[in-house]
Amino acid sequence: MRSGRYSAWRLLREGLSGHRGWGPAWRSPEPQRHYDVVIVGGGGHGLATAYYLARTHGVRRIAVLERGWIGGGNSGRNTTIIRSNYFWPESAALYDFALRQYEQLSRELNFNLMVSQRGLLMLAHTPHDVELGRRTFNAMRLNGIDAEWLDADRILSEVPSLQPSRFPILGGVMQRRAGIARHDAVVWGFARAADSFGVDILQGTEVTGFRTDATGRAVAVLTNRGEIGAGAIGLAVAGSSTQLADLAGFRLPVTSYALQAFVSEPLKPFLDTVLLSPATGCYVSQSDKGELVFGGALDLFPSFAQRGTPPILEQVVAGLLEMFPTLARVRLLRQWAGCVDVVHDSSPILGPTPVPGIAINCGWGTGGFKAIPAGGYLLAHQLATGQPHPMAVPFGLERFSTGRLIDEAAAAGIAH
Amino acid sequence: MTGFRLPSGGQIDRSQPLSFQFDGTAMTGYSGDTLASALLANGVRTVGRSFKYHRRRGIVGAGVEDAGALVTVGTAGRSVPNLKPATVPLYEGLVATPVNVWPSLEMDVRALHQWIAPLLPAGFYNKTFTWPSWHLFEGAIRRAAGFGTAPSAPDPDRYAKAHLSVDVAIVGAGPAGLTAALALATSGVSVVVIDANPRPGGSLALTDPAWAREASATLSRAGVRVLTNSTAFGLYDHGLLGVVEQCAPPGAELSAGRVRERLWLIRAARCLLAPGLIERPLVFANNDRPGVMLAQAVRRYLTVYGVAPAQRWVIATVGDEGHRCAVDLLAAGLDVAAIVDHRAAVTSPAVAAATAAGIPIEWQARLTATLGRRGVEGARIALASGSTRTVACTGVAVHGGWSPTVHLYSQAGGRLAWDDARAAFVPSTPVARVETAFGWSVGEACAAGAAAAARVAQAFQRSTVAVALPTAPPADAPLQPLWEASGAEASAFVDLLSDVTARDIRLAAQENYVSVEHLKRYTTTGMAPDQGKTSNLPALALMAAATDRTIPEVGTTRFRPPFEPISLGVLAHSRRGALLAPSLTLPLAREHLGLGAEMEEYGRWQRPALYPRRGERREETLVREVLAVRNGVGVFDASPLGKIELTGPDAARLLDFISVQTLSTLPVGRVRYHVMLTETGTVLDDGVCARLGPEHFLLSPSSAMASTVATLLDELLQCDFPAWRCLATAVTQGWAVLTLTGPNALALLSALGTDLPLSTLPHMSIATGRVAGLPARVARVSFTGEASYEIAVPSTAAQTLWHAIWAAGTVFDLQPIGLESVLVLRLEKGYLIHGVDTDGETTPDDLGYGGGIARKASDFIGRRSLLRPEQRRSGRRQLVGLTPEDGVTVLPAGGHVLLDDGTPPSDGWVTSSAYSPTLARPVAIGLVADGRARMGARCQIADGDRRIPARIAALCAWDPEGRRLHG
Ligand SMILES: Cc1cc2nc3c(=O)[nH]c(=O)nc-3n(C[C@H](O)[C@H](O)[C@H](O)COP(=O)(O)OP(=O)(O)OC[C@H]3O[C@@H](n4cnc5c(N)ncnc54)[C@H](O)[C@@H]3O)c2cc1C
Repeated sequence: MRSGRYSAWRLLREGLSGHRGWGPAWRSPEPQRHYDVVIVGGGGHGLATAYYLARTHGVRRIAVLERGWIGGGNSGRNTTIIRSNYFWPESAALYDFALRQYEQLSRELNFNLMVSQRGLLMLAHTPHDVELGRRTFNAMRLNGIDAEWLDADRILSEVPSLQPSRFPILGGVMQRRAGIARHDAVVWGFARAADSFGVDILQGTEVTGFRTDATGRAVAVLTNRGEIGAGAIGLAVAGSSTQLADLAGFRLPVTSYALQAFVSEPLKPFLDTVLLSPATGCYVSQSDKGELVFGGALDLFPSFAQRGTPPILEQVVAGLLEMFPTLARVRLLRQWAGCVDVVHDSSPILGPTPVPGIAINCGWGTGGFKAIPAGGYLLAHQLATGQPHPMAVPFGLERFSTGRLIDEAAAAGIAH
Repeated sequence: MTGFRLPSGGQIDRSQPLSFQFDGTAMTGYSGDTLASALLANGVRTVGRSFKYHRRRGIVGAGVEDAGALVTVGTAGRSVPNLKPATVPLYEGLVATPVNVWPSLEMDVRALHQWIAPLLPAGFYNKTFTWPSWHLFEGAIRRAAGFGTAPSAPDPDRYAKAHLSVDVAIVGAGPAGLTAALALATSGVSVVVIDANPRPGGSLALTDPAWAREASATLSRAGVRVLTNSTAFGLYDHGLLGVVEQCAPPGAELSAGRVRERLWLIRAARCLLAPGLIERPLVFANNDRPGVMLAQAVRRYLTVYGVAPAQRWVIATVGDEGHRCAVDLLAAGLDVAAIVDHRAAVTSPAVAAATAAGIPIEWQARLTATLGRRGVEGARIALASGSTRTVACTGVAVHGGWSPTVHLYSQAGGRLAWDDARAAFVPSTPVARVETAFGWSVGEACAAGAAAAARVAQAFQRSTVAVALPTAPPADAPLQPLWEASGAEASAFVDLLSDVTARDIRLAAQENYVSVEHLKRYTTTGMAPDQGKTSNLPALALMAAATDRTIPEVGTTRFRPPFEPISLGVLAHSRRGALLAPSLTLPLAREHLGLGAEMEEYGRWQRPALYPRRGERREETLVREVLAVRNGVGVFDASPLGKIELTGPDAARLLDFISVQTLSTLPVGRVRYHVMLTETGTVLDDGVCARLGPEHFLLSPSSAMASTVATLLDELLQCDFPAWRCLATAVTQGWAVLTLTGPNALALLSALGTDLPLSTLPHMSIATGRVAGLPARVARVSFTGEASYEIAVPSTAAQTLWHAIWAAGTVFDLQPIGLESVLVLRLEKGYLIHGVDTDGETTPDDLGYGGGIARKASDFIGRRSLLRPEQRRSGRRQLVGLTPEDGVTVLPAGGHVLLDDGTPPSDGWVTSSAYSPTLARPVAIGLVADGRARMGARCQIADGDRRIPARIAALCAWDPEGRRLHG
């Protein structure tokens, strides 16, 4: 690695010599004319794809094209929750694969992703919630995912600051292995590791079109920095997926919405788990810096805009205060939004597209941060072998014509 | 202890002393003070400790730009953490405590972090703490992080929200904003002026406070609303301006009912942004030592508050503001050891005044470091000659230039341009509905305000009036930016609140975190509660220098709301407790309670769950109520059931389009069960539809889905089929519905007195007439499996009907039935509840309603999807009955069904389950793979570690032939 290996010893050594020895975490090279694989989108999924292509499949000439700065899309805007408490076996397999990767990825990438398995608790507020919660809890156990059912007393003893008044707490499903990870670190960790395999990370490079050969196969991308030839092209552009598909000449069953998020000022430790309340539509965790990071439902109307609005702000904050009334005098520090790619069954789209030469990874909607290692791994497999990985098969685009949807929204209150 | 109150001067009210407490020590100040000015007047230098290294920090600024130290104000449930002292108005009894210190401000253990600072550069945590896992180290880091502590008790105070619609909202009541407001005041457009300070005027407090007072008086005479103590925090889509008004200072005891803060959402046709400038600090070694302050802040403390923050000063400046500060200090009787000006000697009125006052000026010099233990005791100066000099001083005033406050403009989508002469980012592109008014001096600001007002007036085809302007100090000589006076040393801070140093910025550059956003995220610069108001530009400048780029090439990060932190309480305002989600009350709520009903919430409705008799256990009540229906007659309140009336020649066509069944063939007076689908072919809702006339239908969606279905109909009629002649009106709350159910229901209904042809009213029919003298609709439909009559009367007649029913019911031993019992009754019968027994994957065929779909003549929502292979394959989960093998165990709802050898994957789940009083055994239903083909098959119900043997059974456990319905 150009930046050298990171370790406590190195930090100590560098600390004594003014930190002059740290090299760039990744290079900023000039684009080459042709790559074996071009990945569009320098979010977590795109960068992880490059990493696994290089590491697992030995592909050498790889470029990641990012129109802005890496992590500037949803990968740098999300609320950092990682979990695998999914209902359907196909989803559970996918997301738990990702979670298992996260569990050791900091060491593999030699970059602290600050994976904090502090547990995620999904609350049940009504008898009906309890039945649905039990259904999920049992599904998780049958899927081989760790799950605990906590009754109300247990929940209030684990999270003593919870003081609901409108929506009582009757129980909840806890996944202890779930938690949070630092979003920027995931982006940077994958970028640095991919770069160390020679992957060219091209920031400020926007794809504006595709060139196809006589057979209709995409063979190059057009960018603001010129045309770049590609043996294979992978799209991992989240909220921009429909726009890229449009440029390539196919359609996707994806709708883009703004999803908003919020942080408070940093506070001393207040909340040690991740909490999700279906009744209020609010979820919250406390970052290691002390900020409460919280969010809620999607905006009500489709949009490519990436900005917050007062109505959602008011609604989500009201939900947070319902759970934690002592926070009323704590202050909001920042509000923002990302543009998420929503599919009506709330499951990702992974695999080939109608245009030969282009494969896609999208549709993660409100919850693809937790899936970054899996999404990257599976898109890499597709690009390297031309075949979907078995884990990705159920998530192909053809499910919208066969009807074999994997509807997680039906199972989970809010999908993040 | 070096600050003190000047013997005279200031705009405070010295006749009104106020006592307050800081860090346990009693102190006094005056009305008109801020907490910051009062602390300085009491000689407090160290106000808090920094975020990471726990260095001593004091007051730096005099307003929102103060990045020195944060405090908690108030106690227990009234405390507010993380406040800048300069933004807290002083009041009698104020209690302030430092944040992030332990055990005390003076003896803070974590101050040790300063010694290991070399090991804690930007992003150090990315490079270590991975073995065995981050979680092991996390606890310690978490405890060290964070500023203040969340209040320990719920907030006792109230918050409010208000909307305002005006022609023009002016943000900022400084020279620019006030001039604009005066120019527009009598032009006939409605104007509101918003300012964060208690008094309008902004920087006029230093130059012409009398003019500002006069201006506000003029404005109030002209009926212009001036919202003081109000911060505009966000400028959102379509010019929606978010403002928080502080109605009371933080931490203050409020009498009951008083509002602490108010959220204003202001819709202005034009926003005129005149929020002024923010002064920039300078980067040099130990520039964070208590005693280092912004030059204009020092002037404000002297002039506005009559406070001397220190006795002997050195001024470090890149422009004229430093000279003005020096003159003010001298005028207040304080000492100025030197003005250290980065520029080559310039002449300007401000410089001339300083020179005339005899203040030594070092040109082309830089202040490179401060010295001292608990605060500034000296300053090191690099002179033009190249030599270095150390000067004793107790205060250092710094001026690094000005940045326009562009936050709201940038939030609204405005792009910034770099103004090289001023070394600042300024608004450039026009933004719809937004005008900006900035000036580098009072004079320019007034001119900009007048010009912006003229543009606004023009938009309304009005004209402005001429404004008599305040006295304007003469213009400044150009400044000469200095981004780093000495950065080599570790403790040259760029962002005080985040503890980011110049070295951190260079490290980010070295490691290629060169995009501004990477810089911000890697070093955390600009991410503290002040959002980098003073630190952003120096950070960008250092990054530009480190990467051989210009500052505009580096660019700025996007500004996000809120401009200043705002309390969560005001954002939630009245949406707390019961008002968060108001529950719906039945017209007969009181009557139900009168009968001893236990009310519970279903959907949003408060409904009777059961009517327990004295001493009865819940299970006993259930049994009694269920058997009353099976053997006699019961009454339950079905008012929440959705009711949508459809009228018009195309009503039948619309219903055919939203329904799996054909509803257009329904004869008048008949009722049909039907299922609605989503576009993907899954069940959206089920319910009944009645035909009241040839062009008049009554649709009854489930109570949970009533509003969703009504919205869908509206959407179809407004967007998809605007030409169809059909009106859909939701009338759920207009009717009260009481359902008589049981073998004696008919007899009771007859006894009530009705003109309806009861004997000829078959199951699944509806009739309109009179019941007990009231106009009523009676539908004969059943959710219990017994003959049932739903009597609907206008909600205003609910009580009359209720009393009539009870008067007639005694002979029949009529019993009130709670919803819990109804749920058991329907379960015995195998009637499903949408959303409980169905989910996002359930198709009509899964429920056994697949029959006529292929034959239905017209198209309907979801049809295409039903024809896909997945929806037609075998092995889908179907709704069936489930019974425990042992005949006694009530199967757990939410338990999963495992067929055959009882191993995963799951083959389905129990959706509803209960003990059946009618059958004296448990009944359950659930979705099971290929369930209908597996009647009688054995399975296991998995719930946690439990495995319960069970069998697949018929969906309907009671009266499968339906004799009782028709009887
Ligand atoms: C507010 C919010 C909260 C969230 N919370 C969570 C959570 O708690 N847990 C969770 O698991 N998930 C969460 N998510 C979802 C998660 O962030 C995303 O699913 C995930 O980050 C998607 O990663 P990505 O790499 O596919 O897309 P992105 O990170 O969005 O990356 C796509 C990149 O493509 C680039 N791009 C687009 N068009 C072009 C072009 N033409 N040329 C070149 N580059 C282009 C974009 O600039 C962008 O950087 C949240 C999302 C948001 C917005």
